[in-house]
Amino acid sequence: MNRTFAPLVALAGILFASAPYLIAQAPYESTMGLVQKIFYFHVPSWMAMYTAIAVCGVSSAIYLFRGGKTADAYAVAGAEVAVLFGLMGLVTGPLWGRKAWGVWWQWDVRLTTALLMQLIFVSCLLVRKYGGPGSEKLAAATALFGAATAPFVYKSVDIWRTVHPKTSVVPELLKGSMPGSGLPFLVSALAFVLLATVLMMLRVDLAKRQASLDELYLAYEDS
Amino acid sequence: MFLRTALLVLRKDAAIEAKSWEMLTTTVFFAVSAVLVFSFAFVKEGQPLEDAAAGILWIAVAFAGTLALGRTFERERYSETLRALLLAPAPRPALYVGKLLGILLVLGIAELLLTPLVALLFHAALFARPLLLAALLVTGTTGFACVGTLFAAMLVRARSRDVLLPILLYPITIPVIIAGVRGTSALLASPPDEATAMMWIGILMAFDAVFVTLALWTFEPLMTE
Repeated sequence: MNRTFAPLVALAGILFASAPYLIAQAPYESTMGLVQKIFYFHVPSWMAMYTAIAVCGVSSAIYLFRGGKTADAYAVAGAEVAVLFGLMGLVTGPLWGRKAWGVWWQWDVRLTTALLMQLIFVSCLLVRKYGGPGSEKLAAATALFGAATAPFVYKSVDIWRTVHPKTSVVPELLKGSMPGSGLPFLVSALAFVLLATVLMMLRVDLAKRQASLDELYLAYEDS
Repeated sequence: MFLRTALLVLRKDAAIEAKSWEMLTTTVFFAVSAVLVFSFAFVKEGQPLEDAAAGILWIAVAFAGTLALGRTFERERYSETLRALLLAPAPRPALYVGKLLGILLVLGIAELLLTPLVALLFHAALFARPLLLAALLVTGTTGFACVGTLFAAMLVRARSRDVLLPILLYPITIPVIIAGVRGTSALLASPPDEATAMMWIGILMAFDAVFVTLALWTFEPLMTE
């Protein structure tokens, strides 16, 4: 296991421990009140998902063009963590939407494209599981297509008129559009991204152990 | 060289197809029967559901396309000609383009039949703006087929490929289907909403550019054994 793993886990632990206190201290938003605090879970989980997608996309491209077990291990880890955090985003989103818009789900551009991107990564995992030998490359190509949609999903709220808030919300918040909420947001965002990183490191380690175990079995059978 | 190889692959597929007519007949028959099933579901007492025509046209194209995509590489697998094709001293992306052109040809013929059928069964004014509709169909089908050809080619060697092709293909190409459906229903409005249709054609062209680039880029490493 990498030497940076333990400090990262410790840091993530501290951030997660302090986040509830900071979120409780943060001011209430003027129109939405308490419900708006779901923001501190919702946005960070999508940020964690984009991090995982970036890892998955880059390592999938490397795996496709150069090969190598390490790149493949990172691609699996990225895809699995992306699905996990995307699921969190898709659960917290409707909870917030029910109170803010009055409906659980709206077929607007951001929601639709985010759901589709999730489906692409789920299908990537399905192929890997049921595709049989050689499906790693297939999964890598699927992940590459999924990663190519990510920038569109992110920018979709700025291009089309949607019910979902624009991407400018986060920079404005950090500049002080809602005094007192910048720090709690930063802490929760960092905590989620760190959690995603730690989970991916664990998953990569697991994949490496699996690979070396397989090699040992092969060597035993040969002898 | 590139274009000539692509056209050679297309000619090879066309020659096989001209002997058996297998892919074209099955694809067209499947598409027509899908539309008929929809018409039983969505036409009540002689009145079709409003706005159903655009969706049905595109769903039929997508279903028929999946079928054709599966067939074109299954054929290469049965006769074990895929390896020969890959061994040929030709640029790999040219093989991909050739296969893509073949699929586009089959789907184009299917659409020539489907569009009047949908217009007839669902009382839809699909031919009010024929050029715009053609542009929508061409850009949309290209977007669907260029991803489909890539994945169908890769799946040739995978287990349970029949199940996996739609699983992979639909999430990625749903944006194309959405753009096609929205554009077509804009044309079906009275009077036809040309500006909206043009916008969706533009979006489809952007999709095509991204998808074709990605597919050409990844075809080579994906098809190496």
